[in-house]
Amino acid sequence: MSHATLTPKSRSSLRGATLPKWFPWAVAAGATAAGLGISAAAGLNSSIQWALIAVVLFVGGTYAISARIEGGRQAKDRVATSMVWVAFLLALIPLLSLIWETVKQGVKVLDGYFLTHSMGVVADSEPGGGIYHAILGTLEQVGLATLFSVPVGVLTAIYLVEYGRGRLAKAVTFFVDVMTGIPSIVAGLFILSLWVLILDMGPSGIAGSFALCILMIPVVVRSTEEMLKLVPNELREASLALGVPKWRTILKVVLPTSIGGIVTGVMLAVARITGETAPVLLLVWGTDFINANPFQDPQESLPMYIYLQYNAGSDPAYDRAWAAALTLIAFIMILNLVARGIARWKAPKTGR
Amino acid sequence: MDITTDPQKPAAAPVPHQPPAKDAERAARGATRPGDRIFLGLSRGSGILVLAIMAAIAAFLTYRAWLAISEDEANFFTSFEWNPSGTPPEFGIAVLAFGTIVSSIIAMAIAVPISVGIALFITHYAPRKLGGAIAYVIDLLAAVPSIVYGLWGALFLVPHMDGLFGWLDEYLGWTGIFEWSGGAPRSLLTVGILLAIMILPIITNVSREVFRQVPRMHEEAALALGATRWEVIRMSVIPFGRSGIISASMLGLGRALGETMAVAMVLSPTFDINASLLDPGGGTFAQNIASKFNEATVMGRDALIASGLVLFVITLLVNGGARMIIARRKEYSGANA
Repeated sequence: MSHATLTPKSRSSLRGATLPKWFPWAVAAGATAAGLGISAAAGLNSSIQWALIAVVLFVGGTYAISARIEGGRQAKDRVATSMVWVAFLLALIPLLSLIWETVKQGVKVLDGYFLTHSMGVVADSEPGGGIYHAILGTLEQVGLATLFSVPVGVLTAIYLVEYGRGRLAKAVTFFVDVMTGIPSIVAGLFILSLWVLILDMGPSGIAGSFALCILMIPVVVRSTEEMLKLVPNELREASLALGVPKWRTILKVVLPTSIGGIVTGVMLAVARITGETAPVLLLVWGTDFINANPFQDPQESLPMYIYLQYNAGSDPAYDRAWAAALTLIAFIMILNLVARGIARWKAPKTGR
Repeated sequence: MDITTDPQKPAAAPVPHQPPAKDAERAARGATRPGDRIFLGLSRGSGILVLAIMAAIAAFLTYRAWLAISEDEANFFTSFEWNPSGTPPEFGIAVLAFGTIVSSIIAMAIAVPISVGIALFITHYAPRKLGGAIAYVIDLLAAVPSIVYGLWGALFLVPHMDGLFGWLDEYLGWTGIFEWSGGAPRSLLTVGILLAIMILPIITNVSREVFRQVPRMHEEAALALGATRWEVIRMSVIPFGRSGIISASMLGLGRALGETMAVAMVLSPTFDINASLLDPGGGTFAQNIASKFNEATVMGRDALIASGLVLFVITLLVNGGARMIIARRKEYSGANA
C-alpha cells in the first residue's frame, strides 16, 4: 500500500509529534473498561448501552488526546479511522449472529429423518416431520425456472454482445437492468393476474416457476453479457477470417471460451431464486404433503416451509423452521462456493 | 465486422461497386446464411421477449388494478381503510406508503453510512488479504435469502430489541417519535433496522467496486501533498465515488422497498399511522400483499395488485434512476481515463 510511504519508521525532526502505534488499542481498552465500569456503577445491564458508552468514549478520547499531541488534522484522521473500524465491527455483529444463530438452532432437528420425511401427518405443535416435500418442490420449481430462463437469458446476452447495436439493444439493456430490481412479490402478482385470475389456473409449481423466471432472466443476461464481453475479439476475428459463419463462431468459439463464467452466472442466479418466498406464497401456496407433480395442485418449497413453520408458532415448529433455514443456507452457500470456484478455474485469460 | 464470409463470393475476387449497399450491410451483420438468420432471429427474439415481459407486467398489473380501483369507494391514495371485499369496497394505500417510506428511510439512514464505512475499510484500511476475505464473506452474505433474515429477525432480533426500545423511550421518548407503550417491539423501527442489515451487503459491494476504481494517481497526488489518509479519502476517493455511492444506495433502497417476507414476519401490522416508530403502526406494500393474500377474495386480490402496481412503479423509478446515474458515470469516467 502506498500509505506505508507516509509513515516511515525513522521519524525525522521535520515531522511533528506522533503517537505510538499501540495508542488506538490502548484507548480502545480504556474505553471498554470505562464503559463497563460506568454501566456497572449506574446499574445498566444492556450490552447495547455499555457498548455505546465505550464507543463514544473511544472516539472522543482518541480525538482529544490526538488533537493535543498531534494536531487537528491527525486527530481527524484518527477519528475517521476509528469510525471506519466501528462501522465494520458494528456490521459484523448482526451478520455473524445471523449465521451463528441459524447453525446453532438448525442442527437441533436436522438429521437424515428430517431430510427424508414430509409433514404429512405431523401436527404443527408436535415434534417430528421433515422437509422432503419442500426439497422436492424447490428442486422442481427451480429446475423448471432454470430450464426456461437459461436459453432466453443466454440468447439475449448473445444478442446484446454479438449483434446488438441501435435502439432495440439499448432498450433491452436498460430494461434488463430495471428488471433486476423488480421486487419478487411484484413478479408473483404479475403471474397471479395473468395465470390465475385471467387464465383461471389453480396454484401449481409451474406458476411459481414462471414468476421465478422473471427474477432469474435478468441475472443470467447480466452475468452472461459480462462474460461474453471478456472474450477477446481476436478469437472471433480469427474464426471469421477462416470463413466460419458467425453463428458457428458464436457456438464453437465464443461460448466455449466463456462457458465457465456463464455457468457461474447461472448458478448464482439459481442460488438467488432458490431463496425466494413471495412468488411461491402467491402461486404455489405450500402444502404439508408430498406432491411430485409441478403442473397441478399446491407444492411446498424450502422458503415456504420456513414461513409456514414460523407461522405455526410452536417450539417444535420453530426448530423445524431453523433446520430448514440451515438446509437452505447450506444449499445456497455450496452453490455460491462452487460457482465461484468454477469462475476462478475457468476464467478466460485476458492477459491482466 | 467488415469481413464477408460468403464462400460464394471469395474475397480474392472483389467486384468493385458490385454488391448493393443493403446486401453488404446484411453480410456485415452476418445474416446471409440460413444458420445465421435463424441464430440472429432466436437471439433477437429473446431480447424482444424480455421487453415483452416488462410490457406485459405493466399491462396486466394495470388492467387488474384498474378493475379494483374503479370499484373503490374511498380515495385510493389517501384513504386509511383496507376493506376491499366490503360493500362498498373501500381501500387506500396511505398507510402502506407511510410504512414503506418510513421503514426504508430508517434502513437507508443506518445502512448507507455503515456500508460506505465497510467499503472504505475493505479498500483503504484493512490489510489487503483481510480486506479480500471480508469482501468475499460479504459477497456470500448478500446471497442469504430474505426468509432467513426474517426468521432471524422475528425469533432473535425482536426479543433483543426490548433493551434498545426501553432506552430510547427513557431518553428520547419526549420527542414523540420514540415513545414506547411497552408492546412487543415489532414496529417500523425494528423493521427498518432489519432492512438495514439486509441491504448492507449489496450497498457495500457496489461502493467497494467504485472505490477500487479510484485512479491511483489521484490518491498518490494527495498523499504526496502531505494529506492524511482521511484527507485522501475526502479529497479524492469520495468525490470520485459519489455517484457510485448514490446509485449503490438506490439499489439498496429498491431492495428495501420491495422486501416482503422479512417484513411480514417481523412487523405486527395495524392499518393505522402512528407518530411513534416504536409502537405498532403502518405496514408496507409488499408485507401487506403477503399478509392479506390468503383471505383475499377476487376483489381483494385485485386491490392487492393495485397496491403492487404502485410498488412496481416506485421501484422502477428508483432502479431506473440508479442505472441512469451509473450509466452517466461510465461515460464520464471513460472520457477521463
